[in-house]
Amino acid sequence: MRYTPHTSTDKERMLRAIGLDSIEELYQHIPKTLREHATIDLPQGLTELAVRKRLTGLAAKNANAADWSLFLGGGIYHHFIPSAVDAIISRSEFSTSYTPYQPEVSQGTLQALFEYQTLICQLTGMEVSNAGVYDGASAAAEAVLMSRRIQPASRRRVLVSRALHPHYRAVISTYLRNLDDMQLEEIPFDATGATDIEQLSRRLNDQSMCMVVGYPNFFGVIEDLGSMKSACAGSGAQLITVTPEPLALGLLKPPGAWGADIAVGEGQSLGVPMTLGGPGFGFFACQKKFVRSIPGRLVGETVDTEDRRGFVLTLATREQHIRREKATSNICTSQTLCTLAATVFMSLLGKTGLRRLAEVNAARAHEARERLVTEAKLEAVFSGPFFNEFVMRTKSADDVIQRCAANKIAPGVHLMQWYPELKDCLLLCVTEMNEREEIERLVRTIAG
Amino acid sequence: MEFPEGLKYSKEHEWVLVEGTTATIGITEFAQEELGDIVYVELPEIGEKVVKDDPFGAVESVKAVSDVYAPVSGAVLEVNDVLPENPETINDDPYGDGWMIRVEMTDEDDLKDLMTAEEYAEYVAQQKEEDDEDEEEDEAEEDEDEEK
Amino acid sequence: MSEPSPDKHSSRTAPPRLLFESGSSGRSAFYWPAEGEKIKDQIPAALLRDDISGFPELGELEVLRHFTRLSQRNFAIESQFYPLGSCTMKYNPKINEAVARFPGFALTHPLASVEVLQGALEVLYELQRMLLEISGMEDISLQPSAGAQGELTGLMLIRAYLTEQGGPRQKIIVPDTAHGTNPASSTLCGYDVVQISSNNQGVIDAAAVAKVMDENVAALMVTNPNTLGLFETNIVAIADVVHGKGGLVYLDGANLNALMGVAKPGHMGVDVLHMNLHKTFSTPHGGGGPGAGPVAVKSQLRDYLPIPRIVKRGDVFELREDLPKSVGRVRSFFGNFGVLLRAYTYIVSLGGDGLEEASRMALLNANYIRKKLEKSYQIAFNEPCMHECIFTDRIQHKNGVSTLDIAKRLLDYGFHPPTIYFPLVVSGALMIEPTETETPETLDAFVDAMLSIAQEAKENPDIVKTAPHSTPVSRLDEARAARKPLLRWEPTDGKND
Repeated sequence: MRYTPHTSTDKERMLRAIGLDSIEELYQHIPKTLREHATIDLPQGLTELAVRKRLTGLAAKNANAADWSLFLGGGIYHHFIPSAVDAIISRSEFSTSYTPYQPEVSQGTLQALFEYQTLICQLTGMEVSNAGVYDGASAAAEAVLMSRRIQPASRRRVLVSRALHPHYRAVISTYLRNLDDMQLEEIPFDATGATDIEQLSRRLNDQSMCMVVGYPNFFGVIEDLGSMKSACAGSGAQLITVTPEPLALGLLKPPGAWGADIAVGEGQSLGVPMTLGGPGFGFFACQKKFVRSIPGRLVGETVDTEDRRGFVLTLATREQHIRREKATSNICTSQTLCTLAATVFMSLLGKTGLRRLAEVNAARAHEARERLVTEAKLEAVFSGPFFNEFVMRTKSADDVIQRCAANKIAPGVHLMQWYPELKDCLLLCVTEMNEREEIERLVRTIAG
Repeated sequence: MEFPEGLKYSKEHEWVLVEGTTATIGITEFAQEELGDIVYVELPEIGEKVVKDDPFGAVESVKAVSDVYAPVSGAVLEVNDVLPENPETINDDPYGDGWMIRVEMTDEDDLKDLMTAEEYAEYVAQQKEEDDEDEEEDEAEEDEDEEK
Repeated sequence: MSEPSPDKHSSRTAPPRLLFESGSSGRSAFYWPAEGEKIKDQIPAALLRDDISGFPELGELEVLRHFTRLSQRNFAIESQFYPLGSCTMKYNPKINEAVARFPGFALTHPLASVEVLQGALEVLYELQRMLLEISGMEDISLQPSAGAQGELTGLMLIRAYLTEQGGPRQKIIVPDTAHGTNPASSTLCGYDVVQISSNNQGVIDAAAVAKVMDENVAALMVTNPNTLGLFETNIVAIADVVHGKGGLVYLDGANLNALMGVAKPGHMGVDVLHMNLHKTFSTPHGGGGPGAGPVAVKSQLRDYLPIPRIVKRGDVFELREDLPKSVGRVRSFFGNFGVLLRAYTYIVSLGGDGLEEASRMALLNANYIRKKLEKSYQIAFNEPCMHECIFTDRIQHKNGVSTLDIAKRLLDYGFHPPTIYFPLVVSGALMIEPTETETPETLDAFVDAMLSIAQEAKENPDIVKTAPHSTPVSRLDEARAARKPLLRWEPTDGKND
């Protein structure tokens, strides 16, 4: 039997020690009506070789970035991952350990998480970070719930940019639907592809709780956080930024520098393979004064009985296992191994490397857009500044996608499924993983 | 264990020092012992109303949170501003420097439900006895099982 | 099994530096020579940041050595027996890891066309089917990222269903033995929690439920087997009471490892449940995730399941989003696909027979430990347990030794301790779940260590009370960490390591 090592001799000996004749006796107290229908009707187990073969067959039916030229972003990004990252997270001391509730034997995970929290603070320019949540979408929802804990009960209007990732908006909506006092409103975007600041200013009042904006947003556009912060601060609303592509923060002024109250996002870009969109992790950072309202785990520095530096989970009284129904969140298991991957990634790239990688992304994306305009005659839809994603209007998005598919190219995502007014518009992403020849082929194939 | 004479005590292990219409409130030595090292104290704002038998704040140790209940109703006049930075003051001096809030009482009759130092000392002794009884009961059960 | 070291400093090395305390200005492990790829004026200068102050500047070997040394300061399943109750720390198969790294899975993008993701969708569709067979339920969503998120999703489904029936109602009944996520999820879903107590046998009575069940209760949340390791024998009668007043039954599936081939939740009267793939289905715990918490339902709730749904039309797999009654999305894209893939691989590896054997051996192992320890430690319930057993520290307490001390002393013997102080209804609980992947010899070694500690508690309690002695650090000052939270490294002068 797979993974259960017991021989029949083992079983006999153990049964004798327990004082039973058969394992069946262990189930005597289970109602017979349940026992009778409990058989699991699935095929017999496979050998490791057979399993490998079946999964290889299934993997072969998927377009993957090694065989295809993917120009896809929209919240999940194809980036270079140094081999050292997988070497570290494959170590079973990291992957097969549990949540560090016994800190004396979990200093590896705890120190790595402390380093992670520090890196996120440095990257986002914020004062405090937690040890990660599920993904960017739930991070955005948790940020709104946190704002609700901080702001007075008179403020329950949540403003969300329509240019924020559609999945993220959907999850915020799902989380808020069950709370009676919340109101959700969308602020439209303008011709630059950024949130309409004028509209925002008009909608902000003394009942506004927070404003949630992508940075960069779903269209790849870099939002004007300075103006947004002024507008929000003026009315007492909190500013929550959401960054699905944190590589952008290697180059752009971080949310903390703009005065964001809470800065969250999706960390997959930082050393985690795309894997069909999960697992990644949500990063979550805020100003120090809000720390007792933050959801998720926190790792803190302390000393042991002999004054050695060590790390522990701390401020646990916020969490579900102690506070139960009054907890700041229900989160228990999170995405720790993925945050470890990001920590290793950021350590390898370091101060100069992360910036360099971000520059390469921005340079290639801008070059590609230029070529698509001049050579493939596509229209750039938005005029706002962008990082590595942009929107192009085609004559027929379906036609372009089809022609490209025949050449194993994925030329972006058709936006009409979320924005009906953006019919035949494609959201394209260009990263350091898109070689020059790929961009060449993309342009040629679209040009026809 | 100390049970200062001049104070009144509640069943939830709070103490009250009455001075005219002002009541100073904190938690007792027994309470702080049960909690262990206190790491954080949640206190109300000045001007807030507290209601008898309702929680007005909380005391946190590393592994637990305990609500603190108002033994009397009133409006908060003062809050001990030493506690945010040094919550362990409650452990060190629960009846003195570890006071939590001072309120202007709205109804002196509230005091009637509170215990004297002697009554509270008995109450605490009873609580401890009950715990010991549970232990004895379990031991008696164990002996029974062994005999089987 | 080695004796703990008499010199308590001998195995303690100096604490490693932090990433930010090493390295040298300008150093990097990243090499990308392409010249001329600089952004010119495309992004306005006012939007650009300064250098990331404090970010690491290390070489590649430095980084590798740093994290390798850190890993050596962890206990883990592949190094130590890890009997954490209700966590199901079973072997995490390596074939699952190999499969997850196939480019055809690792390098897939969720927004690619459905036509070129058929293999991935087949994995998800088949996993759905297999989990339904295992649980005896009728429909399922794989989207939730963890058990707690599965719970929240399940409660949202209940709320949506009841709202359509006339009103969401206000209360959820939660037993006193429930995991903290149960009441926390209830609050997040806008419900008030009503707690009920288990009886002297450690299970819930139908009568106790009937006392609090009314038309204002939306659901009862129950764990089966419960967190005391006992099968809720009255579950069918309890479900009847709840259904009788129009409520629903939610099963926390954290302990599913005890039930495979034994009893199916679908037959117990359960309407919604979640499963923890990082427990029962072998996906690695990763030091705290990622996991996955699929939520399964009976047919009356299927319309409310999160979108997108994965459906099969002929031979082709498709996504459906046009489901107006759905509660919506609980996360981005499909969920933790990498985790779901590992669970799929595990289930096809074991097959129906393998899963049933897993539960049988889980029970055998747990009862073996129970029998071997019941003379030296006070057992919480003197009857056969399922996949986990619970002891208390009552006997050792006579010498001033607590559950915490026993747990810390186990570290010196090279074992990760069981779950401690949970569930709250058992004072000083030690919850031991060995899982089925452990050999009898390992169980014997663990039992020997526990017996040795029981002996030490009588004859030399100090060595237990001051444990651990041989771990990288001794007991840590958690009060200090909570009073003066230091949650990140800050550059200071004269900082020693």
